Amino acid sequence: MEEVDVEPNITLIPGVDFRHKHLGFVWGPGDIVVYETNYTEKGGGPGGSGRPAIHVVRKDEDIYSPILRKLFNESHHIFVDLQRIKKDLPSKNKKPQFVSISKNYRSVIRACMEELQQIAVSTQDDSLSTQYGNQISILLAVELIWNLCEVLFIDAAPAGTLLLHLLDWVRLHKVDVDVKAREILQSDSPTKHPAYWDLVISFVLQGRMDEARQVLMKQASLQPAARPMFSLMDNLLHKMPIFNPGGTQTLTEFDVKWRHWHEECDRCLQDSSFASNSHLETICKILVGDEDTLLEQKELLSTWYHFLVTRLLYTHPTVKPTDLHHYAQSCMHMFLGTRNALEPLDSILLAAFEFDLHQVIKDCSIALNNWWFVAHLTDLLDHCKLLQSHNLHFGSNLREFLVLEYASGLFTHHSLWQLAVDYFDHCPEFGRVYLELQIERVPLDTERKALKVLRICEQRQMTEQVRSICKIMAKRALRNSRLGSALSWSIRAKDAAFATLISERFLQDYCTRGSFSDLDLIDNLGPAMLLSDRLTFLGKYREFHKLYGEKQFTEAAKLLLSLMTAKIAPRSFWMTLLTDALPLLEQKEVIFSAEQTHELMFCLEELTSEKCDPNPDQPMQDEEVESTKIELLRLALARNLANAIVKEGTVEA
Amino acid sequence: MDCIAAKYVSQKISKIRWRPVPSESLHQPDVFATGSWDNEDNKVSVWAVGENGVSSMDDEFEGDPQLLCETKHEGDVLDLQFLDQDKIVAASSTGAVTIFKHHPDKDKEGLSVAHTWERAHRYPCDNAPCTGVVCNSPELVSVGEDGRIVLYKVDQRAILRVIENADSSTIHAVTFLKTTGVLTVNSIGQLKLWDFRQQGNEPAQVLSLTGDRVPLHCVDRHPNQQHIVATGGQDGMLCIWDVRQGNMPFSLTEAHSAEMWEVHFHPSNPDHLFTCSEDGSLLHWESSANSDTPSFLQGGRNTSIISRSAIAPAGGNQSLISAWLAGDSSKGRLETTHMLPSQTLSVNSLDVLGQCLVCGTDGEAIYVNRQVPV
Repeated sequence: MEEVDVEPNITLIPGVDFRHKHLGFVWGPGDIVVYETNYTEKGGGPGGSGRPAIHVVRKDEDIYSPILRKLFNESHHIFVDLQRIKKDLPSKNKKPQFVSISKNYRSVIRACMEELQQIAVSTQDDSLSTQYGNQISILLAVELIWNLCEVLFIDAAPAGTLLLHLLDWVRLHKVDVDVKAREILQSDSPTKHPAYWDLVISFVLQGRMDEARQVLMKQASLQPAARPMFSLMDNLLHKMPIFNPGGTQTLTEFDVKWRHWHEECDRCLQDSSFASNSHLETICKILVGDEDTLLEQKELLSTWYHFLVTRLLYTHPTVKPTDLHHYAQSCMHMFLGTRNALEPLDSILLAAFEFDLHQVIKDCSIALNNWWFVAHLTDLLDHCKLLQSHNLHFGSNLREFLVLEYASGLFTHHSLWQLAVDYFDHCPEFGRVYLELQIERVPLDTERKALKVLRICEQRQMTEQVRSICKIMAKRALRNSRLGSALSWSIRAKDAAFATLISERFLQDYCTRGSFSDLDLIDNLGPAMLLSDRLTFLGKYREFHKLYGEKQFTEAAKLLLSLMTAKIAPRSFWMTLLTDALPLLEQKEVIFSAEQTHELMFCLEELTSEKCDPNPDQPMQDEEVESTKIELLRLALARNLANAIVKEGTVEA
Repeated sequence: MDCIAAKYVSQKISKIRWRPVPSESLHQPDVFATGSWDNEDNKVSVWAVGENGVSSMDDEFEGDPQLLCETKHEGDVLDLQFLDQDKIVAASSTGAVTIFKHHPDKDKEGLSVAHTWERAHRYPCDNAPCTGVVCNSPELVSVGEDGRIVLYKVDQRAILRVIENADSSTIHAVTFLKTTGVLTVNSIGQLKLWDFRQQGNEPAQVLSLTGDRVPLHCVDRHPNQQHIVATGGQDGMLCIWDVRQGNMPFSLTEAHSAEMWEVHFHPSNPDHLFTCSEDGSLLHWESSANSDTPSFLQGGRNTSIISRSAIAPAGGNQSLISAWLAGDSSKGRLETTHMLPSQTLSVNSLDVLGQCLVCGTDGEAIYVNRQVPV
């Protein structure tokens, strides 16, 4: 067995005395079922009476949150769009598409987060609002990780551009600066606000030079004496070179320019230009990338990755992707100290900076209780062809494994199962098997739902499942005495055996009631009639009745006879058919020709000769009725034969 | 496509209906009701768009539906109709037919149950889903998987008439044809006309596509010419029938690649027709007839022209011109437009009134378009 990555969490089940009782459990598709056994902790035989309670333990509660459902539904759409991007497109053309897909995913997360925030504020229930709070913080982390992965892996920006993207990343996830800015700038005298300098420094830490300058101006206008100092700072901030990826400037040119600026800042610091204003001096120290000064701003930076990005901005703006991990590690240690144990989020981000994709995915899988994030991210990364080298010891590959897990989770949901189908479709190796196993377990409450499930199966040529669904519906209809419906379902499934069974029921009903039910169906069988012999007989027999009703006696007689001679009618039904022939034989006109009458007689003889041994179970009375019937038939046949011979002779003469 | 607003509602929508607009007013509809299916707790909900919305004053959010009120519904909502301005009739998979009353008061907006007919549809020892209802106030007709047709008098809360075994298979939809009769479609491809003035359990007329037996899922009647009827079936085929003559459809058009769940003539401009389907598309059909007869009725009888071009890849907004009536193409033609952006999950229901169209999907989204070109 492989080692476990983390110690498993212990979940206490309320009402279960695990100290004294052994627990038993059974895996379910999404949940596990836990129960107390009769065995006690001390071993030995069954002791005491276990309380007959079954506990359902569910790992993933998120799937039942109405707001997160929107996330599942919207991302399903994006997932399907992503799978439609053509494989054969050159990868250069695909990258913008992948980035836009990634942004779509993130905007869905953000929309969800905003809705959760709104509802968390408005709710009165404390436990609910904590639950929303937890979901928000998870979504925040997920979006943070996703955004970083987008910058590092999907967009894969080169040196220069990379830092710009990282800056955007930090700005997007440290929004409290904007909140603070609004608060301060709307106050009566912004410059007197206690957090004024914090705001300026926060802007500088995020590389938002123009905003920092605007805020600084307000202070400068109040201190005419210090104006040269302020304008020097303004100049430094203004002049800081920013790489323009779209421009003509090469990276080396930018680097040279940036070094000049850096030296200028350094000079200002050396000749104590800002000595009289400690705040400006701090800013200047930040501009030259002084580590100690940066670390003093821990409060404002709040996270090690903000520190990392700021430090890179003022020391290595042209950092290469490959060097990132080196800075990331050192920044993290400097910021957090070496003693503190890492939070899962920190190690995930670090793994990303180290370009260790598999570690990112693995850590996320452990930290999050839902497969949504890893499945979609892995799928996207796989489309970017970033995961090819890795093979699992089990299943097919990492992408498929995660997508299957996610989709299986969806399938356990009473309503979201429909989404899972598309996910299974895009798992080339095992998706079909999973779908086949799961789709049969969808409860079919109404025909409409059955039709939807059937459509899914028929589109994928899953004949076995189609047959089983139709059979379930046919059986249900039969149980509810809806023979017509039952027959329709078995015709749809092309289930000959079941169609035979239902046809038998129709014939039985006819025998007992003397009339057919569900004529609208039987009269319109069409080619479906050929599905089973018995069904054919049913259809043809009904046709006979129709002809008889329309007084087309000759046609009716011909059909009746052929039903017996062509062996379409079951032997057990022959007596009924012969009895049906009686009124035809008794007509004034001769309907059965001599030859036909001979054949009828032959059929009757065949029937009676078989029945030579009397059935002991049959009551005497029935037998008497039967023999009277046969006598009557014989008489009628003989009379008809005579008439026919006379008639035929006359015509010939 | 710009004027389409989508909203995710965390429930699969099975039915969606506009609240009727009083005939004297010229307003566009702004309130609609939805029913959900396949949830643990299904709901009937009432939504508002535009001015009626609570916080949708910003232009940006105009058209984004706002929930006004909702109430639990036992079982899947299989059909939903407005009886009048404030009463909604819902058909349930439990076989019940329920009338909800909408209280539009500002402070205590809500839905309450006005009356329920439990087990209106049933098997001898089980419930049978009620698949469709149709209102012609004060009369109401429901049909179900049990093949029964039930006629109710709403104001008396009474069942007037039951036709037992009206159909040997499932009846999927029903519509009023005249004040005294209804038209039903069933799962073996038949249309049956029922006249309530006649006694007995036999239909007045049966129409079918001979030999095909393809289940029909929806039916709608031309608002002005009551003998013209449109149906949609399991194979996505759109059929136009003239119930006065013969039992063959007037025309057959391949419209969708899977079950057509609903078909609706535009109530005031019946040259326009809307269909939605399991394949995830919503189509707008416009017949531009140059002569007085609607193009659905042009061309000889028994001509069935199948236009394959009408099946466009979902996702395009391109309009297609299909040779609906090849024999007489100079006189009328049919234009088809996809109304939704690319979609994968079924569009279960749609409703159109004035220039406003709503639809609901299995992707748990509601789409509202308030500028339908009709």
